[in-house]
Amino acid sequence: MSAPTLKQAPAKEFSRILGIGAYRPEVIVTNDDVCQWIDSSDEWIRQRTGIVTRHRAPEGVSVIDMAEGAAREALAQAGIEASQLGAVIVSTVTHPYATPSAAAALTDRLGATPAAAFDISAACAGYCYGVAQGDALVRSGAADYVLVVGAEKLSDVIDNHERTISFLLGDGAGAVIVGPSDAPGIGQSIWGSDGSKWNAIGMTHSLDEVRKLGESARHSDETDDLALISATQDIWPTLRQDGQTVFRWAVWEMAKVAQQALDAAGIEASDLAAFVPHQANMRIIDEMVKKLKLPETVVVARDIAESGNTSAASIPLATHRLLQENPQLSGGLSLQIGFGAGLVFGAQVVVLP
Amino acid sequence: MASNEEILAGLAEIVNEETGLAADAVELDKSFTEDLDIDSISMMTIVVNAEEKFGVRIPDEEVKNLKTVGDAVNFIAGAQA
Repeated sequence: MSAPTLKQAPAKEFSRILGIGAYRPEVIVTNDDVCQWIDSSDEWIRQRTGIVTRHRAPEGVSVIDMAEGAAREALAQAGIEASQLGAVIVSTVTHPYATPSAAAALTDRLGATPAAAFDISAACAGYCYGVAQGDALVRSGAADYVLVVGAEKLSDVIDNHERTISFLLGDGAGAVIVGPSDAPGIGQSIWGSDGSKWNAIGMTHSLDEVRKLGESARHSDETDDLALISATQDIWPTLRQDGQTVFRWAVWEMAKVAQQALDAAGIEASDLAAFVPHQANMRIIDEMVKKLKLPETVVVARDIAESGNTSAASIPLATHRLLQENPQLSGGLSLQIGFGAGLVFGAQVVVLP
Repeated sequence: MASNEEILAGLAEIVNEETGLAADAVELDKSFTEDLDIDSISMMTIVVNAEEKFGVRIPDEEVKNLKTVGDAVNFIAGAQA
């Protein structure tokens, strides 16, 4: 008896981004607000980071709430129903449950059940990782349409009084729908990691350290409730970064990755309509523009001024703003590159929806 | 191998590109932070560009020791040797 022939899903030739959505939470935090917590000034922050304000979510607004807001707009713009989604990917480092995923809850809320649902942890590269996966899932035939969301509530993991990263960060969500296309719409993704710099950006404590502290406090006769609360706040994991290492890596290594994404897509910098780098720092953006020798015709996303650094949400949020302010960019080519904690990076050229 | 004069001239060009300061203001005894008013982010940009231009590696922990333009020229000359 001959072995049965396995059937594989029929592949599709091309994919593209069909729609985009954004959610910007309502609380605006100014540099003057930040300077109540750290010894700095509006001028110092603007000069070194380009940030003027950041949006932050109030208590009660979750990563999933923000993801839903962005996803609904993206679905409407793409003109598809949630029930057509084959997969829902949420990129986040601030969904406060190790399990279940934010994506599973989001899928249920949107009415996309039983779409495959999972979160990815790739920090500020998370959106580009998501687009890489969305592209692969659509073209491999594993899903007809994929919702890719970058959503972060970074305000839950900051320490207002520290100076390396907290004052840069904001909350928000951005989402896109990736689906089949008659023409190429997503260039080859250049993605990767450098775990030798695992400590360059990360949390102050692991969750098991928090548990051990709680246990030792509970077993101590001298610890009252207030002391326990205070100790827990001191050990609550918050973000830190080695700014010097990260800055150098970003301007030097990431310009090369961005160039590789252009080369892999078979285009020149002058073919681009837009450049949307991760919104980490205006000075990194400026330096990448110089290193890539982008002509002045390329519109550069600078949403960081208003939104701060929103990690996985920053590229879709910045793209959304760019398209609102420059609707003529729709259909043009955009180079997007995310990079962050891991360290990890991802870049691709996409046709703007 | 670049001479110290060539390194100074190359460094001045990089500083000019980053800050707009006239290249002839970049002298050996000038302090990056106090005399040239270069902040930490500009300093890292200058370091990255100097590494590229002179084919040397300037470790993060070394950057804080480069207080004057002369310190940087000497470090780069030593690293090239």
